[in-house]
Amino acid sequence: MAAEDLPSEFDVVILGTGLAESVVAAACSRVGQRVLHLDRRSYYAANWASFTFNALLTWIQEQQEGPQPEQGKDWSSLLNDGEELIHLSNPDLDSITNIQVVSYASEEDEEVPDTAKEETSANSQLEVESAGSREEKSAEEESAEAEGTNTKGEETEVDQSHPGASSGPSEPTRKKISYAQLVKEGRRFNIDLVSKLLFSRGSLVDLLIRSNVSRYTEFKNVTRILTYRHGNLQQVPCSRADVFASRQLSVVEKRKLMRFLTSCIEETEMDHAYSSQPYSKYLQDQQLGENLQHFLLHSIAMVTEDTPTEAGLASTRHFLRSLGRYGNSPFLFPVYGLGEIPQCFCRMSAVFGGIYCLRHSVSCLIVDRDANRCKAVIDSRGQRISCSHFVVEDGYLGSRSSVTTPTRLLSRAILITDSSVLPGDSEQQVSMVTIPPGEVCQSAVKMVELCSSTMTCMPGTYLVHLTCQSVGSAFEDLSQLVTKMFQTPESQEPGGRPTVLWSLYFNMADGSVPGVEGQGLPSNVHVCSGPEGSLDHEHSIKQAELIFQRILPEEEFCPPAPNPEDIIYDGESPTPSAEEDSGKEAGQQEESGGDLNPQLDE
Amino acid sequence: MHGRVKVKTTAQQEEEKRKEREKKLKIYVAARDACFSKRKEGVCDDEALQLTQQLLSSNPDFATLWNYRREILMHLETVKDRDEMQNIYEAELSFLEACLKVNPKSYGSWHHRGWVSARLPRPDWARELSLCDRCLSLDDRNFHCWDYRRMVVKVSGVPVDQELEFSDRLIGSNFSNYSSWHYRSTLLPLLHPQTPEAGQEPPHASSPRGPQSHRVCEEQLLKEYELVQNAFFTDPNDQSAWFYYRWLLGRAEREETVSCVYVSREDERVAVAFSRPVNICDLPPGTINDVANEHNLTVHWTGSHTHRDCALYTGRVESWCRDTATDQELFRSELSVEKTSVLQSELQSVKQLQELEPLNKWCLLTIILLMRALDPLGYEKETLAHFQTLKQVDSMRSEYYSDLCSKFMIENTILKMEYAEVRVFSITDRNLTSLCHLDQLLLVTHINLSSNRLQRLPPQFAMLQCLEVLEADNNFLENLEGVYHLPRLQEVSLKNNSILSCRCSFRAQISVSSGTPVLGIGSFCDLCSYLAAYK
Repeated sequence: MAAEDLPSEFDVVILGTGLAESVVAAACSRVGQRVLHLDRRSYYAANWASFTFNALLTWIQEQQEGPQPEQGKDWSSLLNDGEELIHLSNPDLDSITNIQVVSYASEEDEEVPDTAKEETSANSQLEVESAGSREEKSAEEESAEAEGTNTKGEETEVDQSHPGASSGPSEPTRKKISYAQLVKEGRRFNIDLVSKLLFSRGSLVDLLIRSNVSRYTEFKNVTRILTYRHGNLQQVPCSRADVFASRQLSVVEKRKLMRFLTSCIEETEMDHAYSSQPYSKYLQDQQLGENLQHFLLHSIAMVTEDTPTEAGLASTRHFLRSLGRYGNSPFLFPVYGLGEIPQCFCRMSAVFGGIYCLRHSVSCLIVDRDANRCKAVIDSRGQRISCSHFVVEDGYLGSRSSVTTPTRLLSRAILITDSSVLPGDSEQQVSMVTIPPGEVCQSAVKMVELCSSTMTCMPGTYLVHLTCQSVGSAFEDLSQLVTKMFQTPESQEPGGRPTVLWSLYFNMADGSVPGVEGQGLPSNVHVCSGPEGSLDHEHSIKQAELIFQRILPEEEFCPPAPNPEDIIYDGESPTPSAEEDSGKEAGQQEESGGDLNPQLDE
Repeated sequence: MHGRVKVKTTAQQEEEKRKEREKKLKIYVAARDACFSKRKEGVCDDEALQLTQQLLSSNPDFATLWNYRREILMHLETVKDRDEMQNIYEAELSFLEACLKVNPKSYGSWHHRGWVSARLPRPDWARELSLCDRCLSLDDRNFHCWDYRRMVVKVSGVPVDQELEFSDRLIGSNFSNYSSWHYRSTLLPLLHPQTPEAGQEPPHASSPRGPQSHRVCEEQLLKEYELVQNAFFTDPNDQSAWFYYRWLLGRAEREETVSCVYVSREDERVAVAFSRPVNICDLPPGTINDVANEHNLTVHWTGSHTHRDCALYTGRVESWCRDTATDQELFRSELSVEKTSVLQSELQSVKQLQELEPLNKWCLLTIILLMRALDPLGYEKETLAHFQTLKQVDSMRSEYYSDLCSKFMIENTILKMEYAEVRVFSITDRNLTSLCHLDQLLLVTHINLSSNRLQRLPPQFAMLQCLEVLEADNNFLENLEGVYHLPRLQEVSLKNNSILSCRCSFRAQISVSSGTPVLGIGSFCDLCSYLAAYK
């Protein structure tokens, strides 16, 4: 794309397209700020990104090769009196480490690919005629109905348009999926670098609804909560319907659990009596059986043995409040992956005039020495762009942040498997699994298993995300659990466990480490941290709101976007179609990898 | 401000909406008037179909228009062939689907859908079922849809076991659903009927069992007990599960029989008590005119093909023949003919729940009912204690509990009376608030209801045809309707009551308060004036 100069003046320049940065971009554009939103990378959402299988392979390669050396240019010619420079660095330098790929799928199909393909499609045709297909369809409908949010029917269309590829799991003699098939069907994957869920009453869902950004996305309900205990997976009964249907609990346990769940919503005097004691002690004293204590501590509150009672109760309440809003579990997962969410906010920003450039960075900041404020930035093309505020992903500050704070890491594993860890009535289950600390790994592991109807993996496969706080490298932390819960060549005893086709391990910097605020940075430079290890999005949303309030203390944070029919268009303003287009363009960019996409901005 | 999107103000939006509404209203009114005039003229053309469709799609609750539409469709049936009608009716069904989206609880739309489905030349019931399933997945308690679905299932002959699975599924997703539980109660007797030898024969051998038993075989019952226990242990405050549980424990209503025949020579009277209210006839004249002869009386009740014999032997002044409450376990009828062991274990598990939820009213009430079914006299003390708790925890219904408790106390007193083989019924100082089972007291000669909380002696009190002495001191009696038709009444004692009025005089020895002159038998007195003197 031809190098076009950007306007030389903005209100807010934002570098990095992670969640917090994107929310700030949307919030600022929404109230009329001129926003320039840049990312050095060729894709949106930074470490929050979702990749197709092939794009993930490219990403892995890039990470392993290390960053291109930056040519240190001298920008002092662009400086005026009383100004000095702060140099920024490459964000990918140390946020991702210890990448390890283990592929278990056979390289090629066992038969000639062409005949194999014919065979699968023939099988699927047979199946359509057989009685079994009706059941399968109804299960699919059920899962579609279970969705709390708007379904546009897209996914079923996609499913039906490729019947040949989807027949895998229902065939009696299942054929192993080869690596070649994964690559061939690579576009059907949307593999998230971070693994998170949305609490139905969490701040992200509230924000999506309040700001009308929810227009740009759709969600699926997590269908079940599982826990790993004594080497077995159990379903955690958390809703009234679950408790009623549970076969593991006696009627008395059911009553005790329900009573606890309903009573703990309200704060009582008793809670304060336990204020200095751990939540596990509190649970013990509630006359709940061992089983129930485990469910409550690890799967509902998702805390550890020594979490204080107040924090434990707060997490339990958060979980329970989210329950039932959109279905039988408190969690939502975005269809097409988590990477959609930062992009939705970018889209909103673009609709309200934000300018987006990927593969475009900021080399350094120009700081007014006396006022200690950032006056302007110099972009990677050497253009001086003045701004009133600068928002940046902490990775760009590089060594500046890691010198003072010890780096904490998250261990991640991503698996592509051929079946669910707990086969149920329906194949299309989205499962949240908690593995308590000490069960297999030292730290608590959160596992999310996604089915193909979430549009994150090809039909016939499941995408499994594992996350925990690092002790060693990701492989050291998680491979033992993978061997135990799944079938790999290393697994000791063969069993009906899902086979791992492909796996990726890596460590990621934990964004929950206290930020680098006030470390000699100008007061109008705002730092956003990367993803942290918690399951929810509270941290980033809170951070974005704080930054917005510092930039624009008088303005409302993400008020509802007006309906298209309520927008007044006069001669100068964009026409309705232009407004739509700009939204689309922001979406198209990530595919075309366009460098520069100047928006209509008056 | 620069770059800011300009948005219409609220006032502008309101104004636009108002104009929009006005425009819509004009169109609506015009179309409605056109429809009405067309119908008046008896026009049944396509345009009328169009117009009603327009109106109904915005307001599906317009019953007159649905009627008009049916008139048009019936007219079309006379001029079009089968295939054309199939198409027209199918279009009607898709139109109705749109209407149901506007109002999923529209009586008119559901009724019309039933009407159309029944007339469709080639109905597609599978499609109708899936429509119901979709509808119930959005609102599992939409009783309109449940009704329609039952119709579809009946007509299309969906197997009962499939329907039971359907009910399993709905209860599984949300058990607070009366429709679902009730549906089960209609399906289970069909799918798992009680085997005749396993079930206790109903006591009235004279009347054959109905063709359809409402009972369920024990094996299935035990499964149902488990299911419903899961529900009320999960949420003891959900009444739907408790009601279903009561249905499971309950048994069929008493059949219509002659439960007692009483013959009195001196009064030339035959009194017949029925187990259920019936329409009566007069005794044929001259039935018992002979002073000394033996009479063999048979009362035939053609309504339920039942009869009862009663012999009045020479020299006897009266005679009777009846079912006894003790033999028939009449008062256990609300709960169960099930085996004692089953009831005993049910009582244990509900008691277990009560330990966890000592103040749950459904739990307490169910315990009381189970205790009554098991051993009404043995559990009397516990029952009374539970009633006390119930009145406290559910004070809104304390009078209901008082009445229910009165009923149980009367039942117990009847049992005791029968065991003692006397004709004296005495229940004093028991906080009675109401009287019932008076049909069981046909033979009683002395009744003592003193020191209770009774407010009236109801008209049914006239069932005490043999009553000679009535004591009801220290109550809150306000009216005495029930004592006007007691032919043998000789003594009445109503001290310390709050009688307000009494519209007729009656023949009895009355003592209203202490020191009152006793009126001899046969003397008439106007009670009102009498009372006035002593107030």
